[in-house]
Amino acid sequence: MSIRLLSATAAAAAFAAVPAIAQDCPIKVGVLHSLSGTMAISETTLKDTMEMLIEQQNAAGGVLGCELEAVVVDPASDWPLFAEKARELLTVHEVDVIFGNWTSVSRKSVLPVIEELNGLLFYPVQYEGEESSKNVFYTGAAPNQQAIPATDYFLEELEVEKFALLGTDYVYPRTTNNILESYLQQKGIAEEDIFVNYTPFGHSDWSKIVADVVALGADGKKVGVISTINGDANVGFYKELAAAGVSADDIPVVAFSVGEEELSGLDTTNLVGHLAAWNYFQSADTEANETWVAAWKERMGEERVTNDPMEAHYIGFNMWVNAATDAGTTEVDAVRTAMYGQEFPNLTGGTAVMLPNHHLAKPVLIGEIQEDGQFDIISQTEEVPGDAWTDFLPESAVLMSDWQELECGMFNSQTETCVQIKSNY
Amino acid sequence: MSELSAGAFRRKPLVVQYPSLLIFLGLLALFTLGVTVLSEGFGIGVISTSFVKTLGKTLCLCLVALAMDLVWGYCGILSLGHMAFFGIGGYAIGMWLMYARTELIVIESLAGQALPPTAQEISDGIATQIFGVVGASEFPPIWAFAHSLPLQLAAVVLVPALLALVFGWLAFRSRVTGVYLSILTQAMTLALSLYLFQNDSGLRGNNGLSGLQNLPGLGDVPQSVVSVWFLWASALALGLGYLACVAIVSGKFGSVIRAIRDDEARVRFLGYPVEAYKLFIFTFTAILAGIAGALYYPQAGIVNPAEIAPIASIYLAVWVAIGGRGRLYGAVIGAAFVSLLSTWFTGGQAPDVNLGFATIQWVDWWTVLLGLSFVAVTLFAPKGIGGLFDLIAAKRSPDRHGADLGPDPGALREKEANE
Amino acid sequence: MIWYFRQLAAGLACLLALPAFAQQAEAPIQALLVEYGDIIAKSSRKTIGPAIDALANSGLPQAQTVLERWQAKEMWRNKETGLFVFAEEVDRDTLRIFDFNDEGEIGIAPDDDFKQLKPNSGIRGMIGAALVQFQLIDPDPELRATALDAIERDPEESHLTALRATAQGEGNPVLAARKERLERLLTIRFGETDDERIAAIRSFEGDLGVDARATLNPLVATSVVVSATPLGGAEIKRIIEPGSEALPRSDAYALLVDAEMAPPLVSREDKRVALVANIEDGQVAGIEVAALGTEAARDMAYAALAATGKVEPVAEETEIEKTLQTFLFYERYTGASPAVALAAADVLSGIETKVAWNQMADLGLDALSLASIYFLAAIGLAITFGVMGVINMAHGEFIMMGAYTGYVVQLFVTDYTLSILIALPLAFAVTFSAGVAMERLVIRWLYHRPLETLLATFGISIALQQIAKNIFGTQARPLTAPGWLDGSLVFNDIVSISYIRIAIFVLALLFLALFLFVMNRTRLGLEVRAVTQNPRMAASMGINPDKINMLTFGFGSGIAGIAGVAIGLYAKVTSEMGADYIVQAFMTVVVGGVGNIWGTLLGASLVGTLQKGIEWLNPSNTLAAQTYMILFIILFIQFRPRGIIALKGRAAEA
Repeated sequence: MSIRLLSATAAAAAFAAVPAIAQDCPIKVGVLHSLSGTMAISETTLKDTMEMLIEQQNAAGGVLGCELEAVVVDPASDWPLFAEKARELLTVHEVDVIFGNWTSVSRKSVLPVIEELNGLLFYPVQYEGEESSKNVFYTGAAPNQQAIPATDYFLEELEVEKFALLGTDYVYPRTTNNILESYLQQKGIAEEDIFVNYTPFGHSDWSKIVADVVALGADGKKVGVISTINGDANVGFYKELAAAGVSADDIPVVAFSVGEEELSGLDTTNLVGHLAAWNYFQSADTEANETWVAAWKERMGEERVTNDPMEAHYIGFNMWVNAATDAGTTEVDAVRTAMYGQEFPNLTGGTAVMLPNHHLAKPVLIGEIQEDGQFDIISQTEEVPGDAWTDFLPESAVLMSDWQELECGMFNSQTETCVQIKSNY
Repeated sequence: MSELSAGAFRRKPLVVQYPSLLIFLGLLALFTLGVTVLSEGFGIGVISTSFVKTLGKTLCLCLVALAMDLVWGYCGILSLGHMAFFGIGGYAIGMWLMYARTELIVIESLAGQALPPTAQEISDGIATQIFGVVGASEFPPIWAFAHSLPLQLAAVVLVPALLALVFGWLAFRSRVTGVYLSILTQAMTLALSLYLFQNDSGLRGNNGLSGLQNLPGLGDVPQSVVSVWFLWASALALGLGYLACVAIVSGKFGSVIRAIRDDEARVRFLGYPVEAYKLFIFTFTAILAGIAGALYYPQAGIVNPAEIAPIASIYLAVWVAIGGRGRLYGAVIGAAFVSLLSTWFTGGQAPDVNLGFATIQWVDWWTVLLGLSFVAVTLFAPKGIGGLFDLIAAKRSPDRHGADLGPDPGALREKEANE
Repeated sequence: MIWYFRQLAAGLACLLALPAFAQQAEAPIQALLVEYGDIIAKSSRKTIGPAIDALANSGLPQAQTVLERWQAKEMWRNKETGLFVFAEEVDRDTLRIFDFNDEGEIGIAPDDDFKQLKPNSGIRGMIGAALVQFQLIDPDPELRATALDAIERDPEESHLTALRATAQGEGNPVLAARKERLERLLTIRFGETDDERIAAIRSFEGDLGVDARATLNPLVATSVVVSATPLGGAEIKRIIEPGSEALPRSDAYALLVDAEMAPPLVSREDKRVALVANIEDGQVAGIEVAALGTEAARDMAYAALAATGKVEPVAEETEIEKTLQTFLFYERYTGASPAVALAAADVLSGIETKVAWNQMADLGLDALSLASIYFLAAIGLAITFGVMGVINMAHGEFIMMGAYTGYVVQLFVTDYTLSILIALPLAFAVTFSAGVAMERLVIRWLYHRPLETLLATFGISIALQQIAKNIFGTQARPLTAPGWLDGSLVFNDIVSISYIRIAIFVLALLFLALFLFVMNRTRLGLEVRAVTQNPRMAASMGINPDKINMLTFGFGSGIAGIAGVAIGLYAKVTSEMGADYIVQAFMTVVVGGVGNIWGTLLGASLVGTLQKGIEWLNPSNTLAAQTYMILFIILFIQFRPRGIIALKGRAAEA
């Protein structure tokens, strides 16, 4: 965060402090990220990010004249425990806002609780969409902010004609691949030119799948791989890819779940040129990002990297701070109303805007893997508004979400009725 | 042997034979009453709803631990598959909960249309709602009975029973015993969880069934009330389960299964159909586990394949071992103690221990402690926490270097039979 | 504040650098770049074509350098003047810039003033194709190889002439062979006469290369045409029946609809919309709206509407059939002239059979490799469980410890070959000591209580996993194979296997040999067998059973450590890696038959082959393969409870 920004927020906080005397101090911020179990790999980083953001904010004077206090709980990668811990945060610790979750299933687990108790959750990870909850702000990418632009890049810039959609067998790859299959068919790719494969979490035996992908090229069409492979399994996949000598120029791979963190477990020399699509890369060349990366490294150690969900928390947290300041309270409904239209500068340049459908408008970046495990950004779009319901599946094309005007997250624009107020889980 | 049969034939009333039964049921009733009075929904609100849910879930865990104790502590079958039956129970009830809740939503949203909805449209609507999040929109055949509560309730009992029956019949028939059986049950659990992990299984893959805490048609009842209802139901189930287990382990039947644990071959030579006994216990405990699961998951809110993973069943064995196997209250104590302690430690509430050179954060080190305490219990306190009651009751057993009342040479069989 | 200082410093640097800008803005190459400046900056494959063509065909001597620098992402554009330079980065914020015209250094400048041009790999491919004309005649064989790569990726008609022109003079035999092959491939694609193309096609008879198939397959592409009258001609491949596998009835009808030869079908949704549009006074064609809650009622209402002419009538099933009967459906070659297509189809059919066999061979190699990985993971267990009868659930964690040992060694020894050589014995030492410690502290108290051993070792397993997490963090750690293990042994484009897998296979064989040697040829092995069979008798013969048990357990654990290094090299190093293998490893031992190493080998082969076989049957879902494999194993054990190789007699009772 740049100094100017900090002082601006501090000043705003000072002005807003007058009506905020009724505010209970300290303001509690719930952090609901797994610190143990399988997801600790990714989520611990986000817990550290939140602690850093809260410290920075307290150093700048807190919010509404109050100190912020992080309430960290460990849902231990256990999905039912997420619901339990969310209830605990909201009813026992009485937090004003929760930042948390990584996997979709954990989000689905806390949704009923958050909606029942009218809490506020900021969800920082790219996800499959097809959901809109009144009580959740989605600061990660929806499919149209990551998957669709990356596919367009494949179609237009790399002229890929045959697609291998490889994914880990869970909801994000399933839904994303479903959307992509439908999208590709609309773009004129024949059904038999789309190869889909699902593997279990942590899969390590990739030789046959890589061989299958290489064999796809036998009919003379350019093959591209869209990977929604999650977590550790990527290590084996990329090692096999490198061993098979698959060059990014012959069969490019674009990944949606591989960021700087994941690459730190790999030797990337043989992977140079393969792609990833995100809304943020550590290599983004802006002033704000340099400060952010420096602060992170100073706190966590020189070898640590930053990644996209961290930026999502960065934007989400700052927007929440500004919205609470604007509303003069941390009361959920007031903050929620104040969130719409909040703007905050991205770390990659440009400005993120919170839309009435609780998604952000953010730029989409495509990066090529470099030898040092970082990404070289080769394409950056304008801000793309996040879309809760994809336009490329017939069931959800008719749905829209607007919590500001329509006050409905699942509005059928054809029949003009609100399908349901609660979200589907 | 003479003492053993004498005890069995005298046919004293259960309560006299098992004084702990009355004490247990009394304590359970007292506990339930106490929690109700202290709860937000029915009482003065000292205990938060989330804690009531935790307690209710703990009761269900106690019930499945009871089942585990019966099959392992009494019958000597170390099953690493009972959490799979537990999960199946949750899935069975979860299907109805999801279907019925979604049906209400869909009917309500279709009511506004110009034409009255057809059955097909309603069904399609429900399917899109339920499977939309996992990228499908059609009902798999496995959901054929999801619309009917009685059928799904029957499934809670029948599916685990059938699976246990088939698996048990195959395994016991080919005389797979001991650690082999453990590994085989573990493989069964792994296969089931891998199967459920697939989206193609039709049970929403990794996502599982969620939103189960919202009872269909009871949207207006606050969770603070629902949580107490479930607490009552769980307590009732635990009470009845305990009674049933006591009934089984007392009398001649109980003596036979303990004998099977201690020396299977000898019992067979005496003419008892060992396989049938084992199969009965295995199936019965599977049913208990299924019922426990059906009560647990509506309180947890979500059931998914990770719940069925082999590790869960191993934890179940850990609870029973720590609580003290071979005695029913031991299992209950173990499950309650370890799962509540786990909640406390992972909740981040436990204070960090500062050692000067390093700070021990319990979130990081709790699992290590659990693992090691487990080793310690096996080595030094094979009777588990339940062994403390022997101290109170001034029961002495000769020091057998860590060998316990277990299924191995050196067990105190006769003495145990008198309990 | 720092931010302002940095801005100031940057500004100063900028001022200092300015006088150094003696760039030759008038040079023809610069003029050409500036002319296409905007589309170069836009950097999209769709629009970049003219710029690359203009540069390549400019005839300017600098064109090659420009294209090469651009391709290597070394071209920058001055944000203010719009002039192009190439540059190398001095540090994060500063550049050393050069002029394109004479390749002279211009000076040092802050990178904020310049925009780096990053062609994406699509554009890089196009630049590569444009560079072919320069690079194909370059004296450097590496550049010539690059040119050939570029042709393989983006073949153009012009490349054929360029190739033919240079094929004769090629001195490098490898490149000459590649050129010759490429020339034939390009002839198939761009050859002028059919005869020339057919000859080239024939030359690929039985060729397994993906490139050959990639060139041939488009030639035999067909499309379905529909006609009311019989069609003839060489380009017609065959007549197809609607309703056959090649042309489902719905597709056939859709074709007719597209060709406006049949009325479109009305979907349920369309019907509903039509009905809603025709609601009058709560009725549709005289039927109450409230009664339209079934499909049958809606069909009736729609039919009634159709009768009044308000909507299009629906095509009935019988009508669809009749319509389909009246037309003929043909498959027609669209990829090439009939003669060429027929030749290609002929050659391809020969290749396909060969491909199928080779795919089987590749699958066999994969299965063998997977089997060797399972064997490696299980061999330690075959000792601790198979020989001693100790269930060690922490076996997986010993594998993990071995892998982390490899990782730690690589932190200190940066030479990968050396580090692996150190890591292997070190991993053995580490896990050997861990195994001995565990045996002394825990397992020896539990020898007669196998179920409790299972639980206690499980406790150790979760503790070890968490400790590894606390020490190494939760992120996967890199364990990198030495360079000579990179890549694959390639038999042809279908059958190949990575060297790392071969190494694992060899390692598995070595361990098998080691195991057999130790157990059958050494005193230790003799004593181990004696202690396992009858500890009391062995003790009375002067063997110390405690010591033997300790050593055996340590040996089994140590092998797990080495297996860990190997598995870490090919997959990943995480705290949970052991847990991924433990159930499979136990399965392998149990299926094979406890107490016999050959059984373990057979078990691993069975499990590996089975898994690959199921994967082959169901390629889109690897998870299903694992599920069915485990189910199979459960069933298998029901029928052979003592495994493939069951011990008989006294040993079986031990």
